[in-house]
Amino acid sequence: MKITADIIDPVAINGIGTSPLRKEDWPLVRGEGTFVADFKRPGMVHAFVVRSPLAHARFTSIDRTAVLASQGVLDVITAAELPDRGHKIPTRQFADEGSNRFLQRPLADGVVRYSGEPVAVVIADSRYRAEDAAELLDIDYERLEVVLEPDDAVAESAPLLQPDAGTNIAGRLLVEIGALDEAFAQADLVIKETFRIQRHAAVPLETRGLLAEYDTETESLTVWGAAKIPHVNRAILARMLGWSDESRVRMVELHVGGGFGARGEFYPEDFLIPFAAIRTGRPVAWVEDREENLRATNHSREQVHRVEMALKKDGTFLALKDSFINNTGAYVRTHGMTVPGLSVSMLPGPYKWPAYRGEFRSVVTNKTPGGTYRSPGRFEINFVRERLIDIAAHRLGIDTVDIRRRNLIDRASFPHDVGTLYDGHPVIYDSGDYELLLDKALAAFDYEGLKRWRREPATAGMRRGLGIGFFVEKAGPAEREYARVELNDRGDVVVYTGSASVGQGVETILAQVCVSHLGLPYDRVRVVHGDTAVIPEGMGAFGSRATMLGGAAVMRASEQLRKRLLDAAAEELEAAPADLMLTAAGVSVIGAPTRSVSLTNLLSASAGVITEEHRFVCDLLGFPYGIHFAAVEVDPASGAIHIHRYAVAYDIGRCVNPVLVGGQISGGFAQGIGGALLEEFSFDASGQPLSASFMDYLMPTSEEVPDVELLITEDAPSPLNPLGVKGAGEGGTAAVGAAIANAVSDALGTEVTRLPLSPQRVVELVGA
Amino acid sequence: MSRRIAVEINGRAVEGEVEPRLLLADFIRDNAGLTGTHLGCEHGVCGACTVQLDGHPVRSCLMFAVQAHGHRIATVEGMAPGDSSLHPLQQAFHECHALQCGFCTPGILMTMEAFLREEPDPTSERIRSALAGNLCRCTGYQNIITAVRLAADRLQNKGEAAVEAS
Ligand code: FES
Ligand code: FES
Repeated sequence: MKITADIIDPVAINGIGTSPLRKEDWPLVRGEGTFVADFKRPGMVHAFVVRSPLAHARFTSIDRTAVLASQGVLDVITAAELPDRGHKIPTRQFADEGSNRFLQRPLADGVVRYSGEPVAVVIADSRYRAEDAAELLDIDYERLEVVLEPDDAVAESAPLLQPDAGTNIAGRLLVEIGALDEAFAQADLVIKETFRIQRHAAVPLETRGLLAEYDTETESLTVWGAAKIPHVNRAILARMLGWSDESRVRMVELHVGGGFGARGEFYPEDFLIPFAAIRTGRPVAWVEDREENLRATNHSREQVHRVEMALKKDGTFLALKDSFINNTGAYVRTHGMTVPGLSVSMLPGPYKWPAYRGEFRSVVTNKTPGGTYRSPGRFEINFVRERLIDIAAHRLGIDTVDIRRRNLIDRASFPHDVGTLYDGHPVIYDSGDYELLLDKALAAFDYEGLKRWRREPATAGMRRGLGIGFFVEKAGPAEREYARVELNDRGDVVVYTGSASVGQGVETILAQVCVSHLGLPYDRVRVVHGDTAVIPEGMGAFGSRATMLGGAAVMRASEQLRKRLLDAAAEELEAAPADLMLTAAGVSVIGAPTRSVSLTNLLSASAGVITEEHRFVCDLLGFPYGIHFAAVEVDPASGAIHIHRYAVAYDIGRCVNPVLVGGQISGGFAQGIGGALLEEFSFDASGQPLSASFMDYLMPTSEEVPDVELLITEDAPSPLNPLGVKGAGEGGTAAVGAAIANAVSDALGTEVTRLPLSPQRVVELVGA
Repeated sequence: MSRRIAVEINGRAVEGEVEPRLLLADFIRDNAGLTGTHLGCEHGVCGACTVQLDGHPVRSCLMFAVQAHGHRIATVEGMAPGDSSLHPLQQAFHECHALQCGFCTPGILMTMEAFLREEPDPTSERIRSALAGNLCRCTGYQNIITAVRLAADRLQNKGEAAVEAS
């Protein structure tokens, strides 16, 4: 069914393309939000997770006696208390038998492999007491040799984390496209370089937490504090508990204080806390503290790339070759090989490459296990590729914009098959016009003016530089999404979605999509998400998929509902559906308001409520794309980098809410600044984390994050979903490392090859 | 060895028997039941736990409840003049999309409310530096600075002190 735009005016009802005030804000600004630590149940007790103080050690016994005797302690759980000593936590994507040899159990059993690994859980009547008692736990650790760096992990003599596996390589993949050797043989110039990206992570401001309660009568479990993928995690939890009927588990999302990839994955605690609730028969609450969060929640990004690029004199790209190691930490977690898999399949970026060869090895080491972080695998490879291109441009004496323009994929060749696969999904750029975006961005951001600024003399001692980073992002997949739209005879609409909220504004977005296709005003719509008891299925919120898949499902369900209503009214009013208009009061004939039927009448046959559902299916990926521009002044003496201007151009196919998209980009940009300049998990030689507090793990404050200029375009709607959207969550982060590093290289006349660009590293670069 | 303390929170007298080691943040959240004050780090860096003690912003994770005995505390829950209205700062945060997940918001509101009393007409740069003690992982700060500036305008124009719910 097609709804004509003249019937539904998106501006009047706050539909797609407008920026109504968010549905989410009211309780949050009043301090009336319910985050998991705010939620309480009668009789609730508290869990404290005892973690390994060592990065690699063997132990034979854990003595619980003193802890159990402590005041207020109800229980102490070690591996010995778990059924079968604990089942391995499965991967949920991109995994194989090889990687599954490195899965984590909920509690360490005989060997700890990273500092922060859970070894026991103490349950007590207060968090303070649980923590006190935990100090009495006696474990006979005996140190083992550690391996920390990616290159060391693959060395012949490396200590093995899982000796049975006989290797530290948890996964590897080789991609070959085109005739590589021939391409290199034709090259006028070959650039060879090694790039390193440091370990950093999502670090949402709210730490993880859970509250689990077991009802002995119904033999069912409720878990509050679910996030991101409640239905997926329900299935994993039921399976680990040995329950064949997963509807015995109810997962409930409360307010969520940011996700960015890390929150909502299935961690050891996601089994341990529900298990403790069943064992003790009491509601069990657990809230991670920041020190635990920085040691235990997924890290990301640590990669070493060895790259070669072949070019002609005129700057034409001939071939790209990359072999990289991804440090996944002590275990393979739920994401399996997702991060290196995204890196290897998306390294080619927005350019034509006659030949490409990419290879990764993902290794285990004695560091915190890893997973995704906003723009996973892409923040890393955008830095690698865009830096490499600038190095080539410098050597050939070609302008950095010109060399890119010459090699961009032509607008005529979309959909463009890169030839790579991401977890079985072909990387086919669905739509795009890269050169158009480049032209628009150069004009919108006055690139000529920036170049003049670059040439002008800087203030004493400072050096100026410009950098750009061109990138392709990806959105989706996750196969399908569910939506149900319900309308009652008072004109109130409820949208149930299988997507989840991690603080990004999904209620607002989905309400806008609904009203644009239903035709009732935004104020009338309430969005319900993240409760497996009222939503039968759902794939959640990750990979910028909530708008793309969740939105498409809501759109279809809303259209169906409107059609049903108008068809029924058409019969009643003896008019064509196209001549009718829907309001919260009822349906009337356009231009003849007295010819109308009320919702009460229309819905009387269905007890005052009608409902439509839709499952939207899309197995392909969407590919938004963009360009970052950085203009910096570097102080060679102190190593400080001052960002003079920063701008992002981003084509997202279709923009549902411009203000929210702007918020996604500036927030993503701030995280990119953290990754480019500040954030780094470092470890001492024994594997002790040196960045386990906000004093040492430096996140950007308002003083480090400049305002970002935006150009949002809708020139290449996605053909893969009826909304044309591609997801806008990650492009703000994707190329910050690339653009800043290019700008700093330009300023200093030295080639940056590793992140972050901390003041100390900048001073080293100046000296080099 | 608990001690009895009496404080005033948002104009209401609150008493409690507390252990000397109980953090002020936990007292506010658990004993007084005001969970709008959040804990993001418990070591004084993120500012999410900021409340006002006798009108001055303090980090409630760095104070013990007993130290607040006899003092006046203000938390985010006391900001709005009523159930259907918002404080101009809260309203400006809503209008300017100055929050996403909202976890940092209460601490930032308490910090900025005190700041605007000290400095009713700040430049964006002054706001930026006053905000530097509060971490926000979602917004990139830009919209927060805009919102504080908008609230400053409205607060100076006294007639608009409380904004009714739209
Ligand atoms: S919780 Fe108090 S400053 Fe972070
Ligand atoms: S809005 Fe999420 S931390 Fe600030």
